[in-house]
Order: sequence, then C-alpha cells, then structure tokens
Amino acid sequence: MPVPHNAKPESEPALRVRALEAILAEKGLIDSKALDALVDTYEHKIGPRNGAKVVARAWADPAYKQRLMTDATAAIKELGFSGLQGEDMVVVENTPEVHNLVVCTLCSCYPWPTLGLPPNWYKSAPYRARAVSDPRSVLKEFGTELPDTVEVRIWDTTAELRYLVLPERPSGTENLSEEQLAELVTRDSMIGVTKI
Amino acid sequence: MHGIHDIGGMHGIGPIAPEENEPVFHEEWEGRAFGLFGATYVFAGYTVDEFRHAIEHIEPAHYLESSYYEHWLFAFEALLIKRGIVTREELDARVALLRKEAE
Repeated sequence: MPVPHNAKPESEPALRVRALEAILAEKGLIDSKALDALVDTYEHKIGPRNGAKVVARAWADPAYKQRLMTDATAAIKELGFSGLQGEDMVVVENTPEVHNLVVCTLCSCYPWPTLGLPPNWYKSAPYRARAVSDPRSVLKEFGTELPDTVEVRIWDTTAELRYLVLPERPSGTENLSEEQLAELVTRDSMIGVTKI
Repeated sequence: MHGIHDIGGMHGIGPIAPEENEPVFHEEWEGRAFGLFGATYVFAGYTVDEFRHAIEHIEPAHYLESSYYEHWLFAFEALLIKRGIVTREELDARVALLRKEAE
C-alpha cells in the first residue's frame, strides 16, 4: 500500500491497521487485493437500495409480501440478497397502529445484505441507550412524531437475527411502478426512525 | 455485572446527532479495518459473538471515547495475538517502522 504523502500525519489507528494488514499479507494469510474487493463491495455495491427493492416488491405484490412476512430470509434471497450478516432475517411491518424500530443495544448488528453497513449514529452510545428506554424522543430527533395511540415496538438485534422494517406504503402511490416505489424507500425508514 | 457495552436504557448520554450524507467509511483506514474482518475471520476462526466479546474488554472510558473501527482494531489485535498468529512485539515494531517511514 502506498505511503501517504499529504501533510496530515497518519493517525495511530491508521498506522496500526496498516501494520496489521502488512504483517498478515507477509505471512500469506490475507490477500490485499481480496481485501480491496471486500471494501469496494460494501462501499459501492451493497446498500439500502437492496432493501428498498424488497419493500417495493412487498408493496406491489401481496403474495410476495406474505412470503416475506412468513420467511423473510428466503423471500429476500429471491431478490438475490443474502449472505454475511443476513443469514436469519425477520421483517416487521409498520401499520397505522404499530410502529417498529430496530436497534442493537450491545453493539452494531445490522442486516448487511439489505441495508449495507450501518451509519455511525446506529452504532453510537446515545442511540443504543435511548432507543429502548425513550423511543419516542429518539423518533422526534429524526423528525418522526407519532400519535400516542400508536404502539411503538423495539427490536433488539442479535449476532444471529437481523430485522428489517417494512414501512407503510404512502397514500397516492397506487399508480407507481415497482421501480418508482423503490425510489421512495429510505434507509432510515427501514430501520424505523422515520416514516415515508 | 454489566459492562459498558451493555448500554441499552442508560440515561444521560445525550443526543444522537445523525450525520447528513454520511460516507460508508470516514477515513481510508476504516475501510481497511472493515475488510480485515472478512479477510481474517475464516482462517482465524472467530465468530461475530467472539469478536464482539473481544470489544467488550476495552477499558470503559476508552470504549466510549474511541471510534467504532478502533473497537474493531482492538478486537483484531486481541484475537490474533490470543491465537498466536501475530505477537504484540511484532505489531508494535511494525507500527514504529511505518511511523518512521511516513516522517
């Protein structure tokens, strides 16, 4: 890997990661090119557009939605999304009566095949601490105000089981195609901090 | 006893402050640290649970102060040293060498 020539000195963690990668590569245990490919995949190819396709299909196709609610892992795999950190998926559906919110209180577990890697706030102490004790104030910070009559359900992710929120389909979208529907679906709505 | 990682429900931690248009990795080394997980977990034989358990051994104040991928770096070093794949001395020596080269 090239040594950076910019003025800013390399941070301690940057140096330590570079040292570790170099030693493992010299021992023949890792291939830096394979590592490049992994980084590129999660930086550019796997992300919330995958989850948006799942949501749009569920909105457009009632039979698919039924499969998704019964066996999310298999239904998501039908669209080609599976693998690391998505081995066991559960989809939770928002309705006018119930709003779902996903957190990982212990760390950062998140459904990678459908949402990519989590944003920093999802991994942060404030979100992890407060999502389970004061979810309505958390939702307000994301601009989401729910009537008191709406039940809020919190799902605490584990290393084995990952959740995806199926947001409510907005009204006035009856004539949109599945591709147009997917455009409406945001990452945050599939974590449950916002509505669409 | 609850460790600092077991933070669900804790009070007084402050606002969430989501970042607009956040990049997947904030610095290049974060991407490399991420990639090291995929590149090492098979041959080193650790599971997601063991990896998180390693992170839970970070000293509590440092856990809260340090960034997410610094937690990962701590876990890589701890687990790879524990398995005898690298040594602390080897790592420290290489860091010193890289720092000298960058000067």
